[in-house]
Amino acid sequence: MPRIEIVNLSRRDFLKAGVGLTLGIVTAGPWTQAPAAGTAIGGVLGARAIPRGGFEPNAFVRIGVDNSVTVIAKHLEMGQGTYTGLPTLIAEELDADWKQVRVEGAPADAARYNNLQMGKIQGTGGSTALANSYEQLRKAGATARAMLVTAAARRWRVPPESVSVTRGVVMHKASGRKASFGQLAADAAKLAVPANVNLKGPGEFIYIGKHVARTDSRAKSNGAAIFTQDVKLPGMLTALVAHPPRFGAKVKSFDASKTKAVKGVADVVALPQGVAVLANDFWSAKKGRDVLTIEWDEADAFKLGSTAIMDEYKKLAATPGVPARKDGDPDGAFPDAANTLEAEFEFPYLAHAAMEPMNCVVRLERDACEVWNGEQFQTIDQAAVASAVGLKPEQVRINMLYAGGSFGRRANPHSDYVVEAAAIAKAIAGRAPVKLVWTREDDMRAGHYRPMYFHALKGALDAQGNIVAWQQRIVGQSIIAGTAFEAFMVKDGIDATSVEGASTLPYAIPNLSVELHSPKMGVPVQWWRSVGSTHTAFSTETFLDELAAAGGKDPYELRRQLLAKHPRHRGVLELAAQRAGWGKPLAESRTAGERRGRGIAVHESFHTFVAQVAEVTVKPDGKLKVDRVVCAVDCGVAVNPEVISAQMEGGIAYGLTAALYGAITLADGVVDQSNFHDYLPLRIGEMPRVEVHIVPSQENPTGVGEPATPVIAPAVANAIFAATGKRVRSLPIRI
Amino acid sequence: MISLSVNGKKVSVDVEPDTPLLWVLRDHLALTGTKYGCGMALCGACTVHLNDAPVRSCSTPVSAAAGKRITTIEAIGTSRIGRAVRAAWIARDVPQCGYCQSGQIMSAAALLAKNKNPSDADIDTAMNGNVCRCGTYNRIRAAIKHAGGLLA
Repeated sequence: MPRIEIVNLSRRDFLKAGVGLTLGIVTAGPWTQAPAAGTAIGGVLGARAIPRGGFEPNAFVRIGVDNSVTVIAKHLEMGQGTYTGLPTLIAEELDADWKQVRVEGAPADAARYNNLQMGKIQGTGGSTALANSYEQLRKAGATARAMLVTAAARRWRVPPESVSVTRGVVMHKASGRKASFGQLAADAAKLAVPANVNLKGPGEFIYIGKHVARTDSRAKSNGAAIFTQDVKLPGMLTALVAHPPRFGAKVKSFDASKTKAVKGVADVVALPQGVAVLANDFWSAKKGRDVLTIEWDEADAFKLGSTAIMDEYKKLAATPGVPARKDGDPDGAFPDAANTLEAEFEFPYLAHAAMEPMNCVVRLERDACEVWNGEQFQTIDQAAVASAVGLKPEQVRINMLYAGGSFGRRANPHSDYVVEAAAIAKAIAGRAPVKLVWTREDDMRAGHYRPMYFHALKGALDAQGNIVAWQQRIVGQSIIAGTAFEAFMVKDGIDATSVEGASTLPYAIPNLSVELHSPKMGVPVQWWRSVGSTHTAFSTETFLDELAAAGGKDPYELRRQLLAKHPRHRGVLELAAQRAGWGKPLAESRTAGERRGRGIAVHESFHTFVAQVAEVTVKPDGKLKVDRVVCAVDCGVAVNPEVISAQMEGGIAYGLTAALYGAITLADGVVDQSNFHDYLPLRIGEMPRVEVHIVPSQENPTGVGEPATPVIAPAVANAIFAATGKRVRSLPIRI
Repeated sequence: MISLSVNGKKVSVDVEPDTPLLWVLRDHLALTGTKYGCGMALCGACTVHLNDAPVRSCSTPVSAAAGKRITTIEAIGTSRIGRAVRAAWIARDVPQCGYCQSGQIMSAAALLAKNKNPSDADIDTAMNGNVCRCGTYNRIRAAIKHAGGLLA
């Protein structure tokens, strides 16, 4: 059986470096002892040598003679719970004891660890981690279990059918013989891997659907969890890069004399789009960068401001776009309508602003390159780094560490920050390992934003208030154009991510059209938690509310009626409405001048269905407080209900932050925002009460990382209308 | 050389006096549990205790910490309050990405040291400076109350 070599020389170096660190690390001690049972310290540090005599039936599970069950996670843990959900699937079918389970990040190797929903690409995104692993990892666990059972049956000379496994103990009940996985590992390793294994039925689950504690909570509560920011290699230099103030500008010349005089600065190197300062530590690099003088070549720089961009989008919206969907005859339906409504929506650029600003560690050798990163896009990054340093992709090793959030940012289709780190390592000819660190300001001004969008909507009602026609035009940059995904994600001029949620509108409306304009702008753009739904859910769900009001219909009842053929949409809608007490009067504010309202929205993204009812209070000065959110979700089999709830809560917080505050604006091409004082995050006192209800389901599980995010803004906007009679048509919300 | 007392140990570091305490802890003393998030005391990821009071180490020059007791996430578990907070964080499944949680725990421990039965308003005030982009706030609130219960 092929043995996968996980532990390599560089990792040992890394461990040595760890042992060399003294203060505090000794108390945490993650590398002086085996990781605590049921935990994961980090992608690399959780890794341990394969115990001699261990058993590795496939790429996803390794059973040691020490009775450890190591699950190799192919997906990034960025908070969404993969390091709990993925091992749950293996532990379930293996009948392991949760306490013996450890997690290790998979290396970059698309042949074994590709995302089954991304073809040959290894990567995490689109809320696919659990969904694409559901069968694969249960089979991996069941295979290991079958081989342990066979090994026990042969050792005890009993029929395999008479051998059972309960919480990590293999036993033959009739004779009372028992063995641990570790005791059977060496024998199991000698067996042929069975081609077919049976999987459990839902009634047999011991972990799926139950509360299973997160594997990363301990390490994330004592400072031991290792993020890219925490990596320290022997001789490593920290690099800060001075980027141009405008996208597309290049370095014309620079003067590093003052920088080189700063204590601790080791080197200054020019990159195609910036100047890197390398120093022994962050603060020296920062001080060095502060005194760098650079003259920029702005011949190709982007110099438009947000207002000018939006003006251009509005002009485009007045002309027909590329059709993304056409049902019936929308043009023909409008002239006969009893009532026609029009609405325009504006959405700004949004930064991801993960708590851990982007960073990456690269060690370049003559014929190899090793990367340490909160790695979300292995196959893309491997190829990009190889190209940047002049190696083959297979010569690039990637260590996947915990990511301090991402929200899509670390899956950059152009590998921007990863390539930047590699380019610096190459610029110093690999003389030292390099840790590229972006400051918060660098991170916020680096582009790769959720694009700006403009939506123009038009709806027609008949005399009874029924919606007879719907026309939507969307204008905004394509996220996919110019990436490796263009060939299969842009069809007939339609970038699916620009229109998803609008072109897939589930409501029974006989005449419907969705059109798209995809203008090019010099601002780099990227997917942002829930991608197209970030804007389409808002415009469609608030406009539907508007049409309901114009037709004299209850917004909940109208949705129910129009979703008759979409039982899963309707299921979450009804559950949220019922638990929120839809239709019952909302308690009035005891403070004079305060107005309260309740709003509802429902949306499917990434095959997961979410409905939310938001209750808001609008204060006399226009200030808004979201008091309570009732959220219903249908994500198929609920593998870990607690993680699902946490993702709903988190998705609501993330979406609410954008709804209340999120805007990256440009003035003559220069980004206005720089840090959390002008790109405000939601704080604890602003967090609404959130109640999550999960629809029981036997469908295959779908993702939960993104689908709560797009629903909150329209639910809140509809609640504001209920409270004040005012429509919110642009984000962030201004009352 | 600047002499410091970190987690009960005396150490000396050769750094410029204006170096933020955060980078001394992280780059010179290998205490990486304290995180960099904003560098402007806006997010609280870098929160440590200076003579038991929570401070943002990214905006505290190391010279201002000399002669004072510095406690970081790595050692907060040596106190009864710190142990209770950590236990509550695990019991309530608080962390998601985890990057802000060191700072959250340090602020929560400082709050509970003064007030073992904090109201929602007390929690809002004490935790207002700690940002969590994953949105774990309701769990943080529940965990602080849980820890308060453990300490009662």
